[in-house]
Amino acid sequence: MYFLDKARDALKRKRLVAALGASMLLGAVSTVSAATLPTAQVNTTGLAITDSTVKVGILHSTTGTMAISETGSVEAEKLAIDQINAMGGILGRKIEIIQEDGASDWPTFAEKAKKLLEKDQVAAVFGCWTSASRKAVLPVFENDNGLLYYPTFYEGLEESKNVFYTGQEATQQILAGLDWASKELGAKTFYLVGSDYIWPRTSMKIARKHIENVLKGTVVGEEYYPLGSTQFGSLINKIKLKKPDLVFGAVVGGSNVAWFKQLNAAGLTFKKQPMLTISVTEDEVLGIGGENVEGLYSSMMYFQSLDLPGNKKFVDAFKTKWGADSVIGDVTESGYLGPWLWLRAVEAAKSFDVDKVVAASPGIEWEDSPHGYLKVDKNHHLWMKTRIGEWQKDGQVKIVYESDVIKPDPFPAGYQ
Amino acid sequence: MQAFAGVSLFSVFVLMALGLAIIFGQMGVINMAHGEFLTIGAYSTVMMSMLAEKFMPEFLPYYFIFAILVAFVVAFSIGYLVEFLMIRHLYRRPLDTLLATWGLSLIMQQIFRSAFGAREVSATLPDWLMGSWQPVEGVDIPLNGLFVLGLTILLSLAVFIFLFKSRWGLKVRATTQNRLMAGAVGISTPMVDRVTFALGCGIAGVAGAAFTTIASTGPTSGSLYIVDTFLVVVFGGAGSLLGTFASAFSIAQAQSVMEFFMSGSMAKVLTLLAVIIILMIRPEGLFSVKVRK
Repeated sequence: MYFLDKARDALKRKRLVAALGASMLLGAVSTVSAATLPTAQVNTTGLAITDSTVKVGILHSTTGTMAISETGSVEAEKLAIDQINAMGGILGRKIEIIQEDGASDWPTFAEKAKKLLEKDQVAAVFGCWTSASRKAVLPVFENDNGLLYYPTFYEGLEESKNVFYTGQEATQQILAGLDWASKELGAKTFYLVGSDYIWPRTSMKIARKHIENVLKGTVVGEEYYPLGSTQFGSLINKIKLKKPDLVFGAVVGGSNVAWFKQLNAAGLTFKKQPMLTISVTEDEVLGIGGENVEGLYSSMMYFQSLDLPGNKKFVDAFKTKWGADSVIGDVTESGYLGPWLWLRAVEAAKSFDVDKVVAASPGIEWEDSPHGYLKVDKNHHLWMKTRIGEWQKDGQVKIVYESDVIKPDPFPAGYQ
Repeated sequence: MQAFAGVSLFSVFVLMALGLAIIFGQMGVINMAHGEFLTIGAYSTVMMSMLAEKFMPEFLPYYFIFAILVAFVVAFSIGYLVEFLMIRHLYRRPLDTLLATWGLSLIMQQIFRSAFGAREVSATLPDWLMGSWQPVEGVDIPLNGLFVLGLTILLSLAVFIFLFKSRWGLKVRATTQNRLMAGAVGISTPMVDRVTFALGCGIAGVAGAAFTTIASTGPTSGSLYIVDTFLVVVFGGAGSLLGTFASAFSIAQAQSVMEFFMSGSMAKVLTLLAVIIILMIRPEGLFSVKVRK
């Protein structure tokens, strides 16, 4: 099934790939050797590719404020690349990593992206975490026709030819969560709380529209606190007075830890005051402490405790490589998807050329990814399920709900 | 309940500003790395909690008291070292101190990151620090808030006794008021400087330990506090401990009252605006002490 005629035009190839779908992805990986595909043929745009190697970039913050979040993604991307190399590499070529540090500084991200694309000529980059860093590198990738796999769940409202978004866009994460809360918890009144920057604000805007127009509920409060706030006493009192059916939260970073510690200490346990968040993964719980989030609900595509064969393999491999104590959050897992999706696209395109890889990507399916079935949409986001997890004292979740596979919709009509 | 939110914020402000009030207020050193000394205290507590968990679980309910002492000792010693290696060479160059201590804070952050990992960690809290106290139905006073309040009162008392009742305090005040004369009557002013600086750092360490109960512990946690800390000290009037208390109280009350009626971001903006306006009218801060320089 691999013998696609290389002379076929991109459109036909795309259809064929979509049609072959799952069958070609189930294990039929890396059977092509370099001998059958000479470098001149798979690389017509001067990328850093030899007969035996291909260079890729990893661009994350390993220093500065964001290192706390991005470390997991780096680890997952390296793990995926190691595994691909162990299986014989990609089109018979070993992947070599060039890692750059964005240092939590957006101009630095842009500069390093330029270096990776123009000086190192890497075939693909796995990286960025905050929306700000992605926005900073976007013109560089579009200008140099690079390829970026971006691992974070984010606010949507973006679609670039040069970027694949392996996390959830806002509607996938939010709407399923709110629908569940409305149905299962009978929530009618909502209190929205977030850190004060683009992702929580955009997410809350979507949440408010959904609550008011679709669920016919009321928003009794909407609050934003500056990034890094550590005192939430007044907010907690306000929530106590309003007694909403559900607090819907998107507080991030160090504030997140303070917020949950103080909620718990104020006697506002999640039994008394149900709360659903879109910003707490296993990584955050490490800092917050399991005893402070017991009973909290998170809406995510991935949890470490997902009972799926793909996930068992992933978690085992991750712990073997990075230590038995490591925890894996949603964004870490999204980072793991990047190299594998790239591998599948390159093998389908039989080429490293960015244009051909991009053209071959939509329609790619992966049955047993760590979070189950997923598919690349033509808008470069992924079809996937959303799960609601209830946090336990040990810092893991119990899955209480799983949605159907949701189509990504980065520009949701009626929500802007 | 809302009154306690204000009091709780006040105690947090005092706790984090007390160390800086001594260093910046009494010595005039702009210590941008103050937040990192908080972080040192926090990490010491986390380490203690891990040790207690591993080696003597039965000790877990009481370890926190010891953790605070350890946090003080560790932060004190590192502060002592920093003064000896760096600060004492910069006393006559306040602007260079600002840059040097800021650099120090970046270095310390990266050391935390390399040593403890970039992810946030949390100390296991003893049960008596968790949950809330209900004097009346519907009113929950957070226990960790009470604990921080109690610690703040104790620490403030200790600092007052040290500065105004002890022999060392006398030397510190003498040095602040007139360094040359103090030296002339036989006070070892470099030693006074070193201990004062280290003491400020040690207090920051205690604050850091206390903050593990209410906030995060990560490599950059300290930087969350540095702006508010300077705000409190400068607004209160550098050099006056009483001013620090007054300013912590007014900023905390203003902020928590406004937070109740509007969003957190807006409350912060208005608080800062008010502080700026008052500082324009009273550049020396709320309480200014006349000091012969």
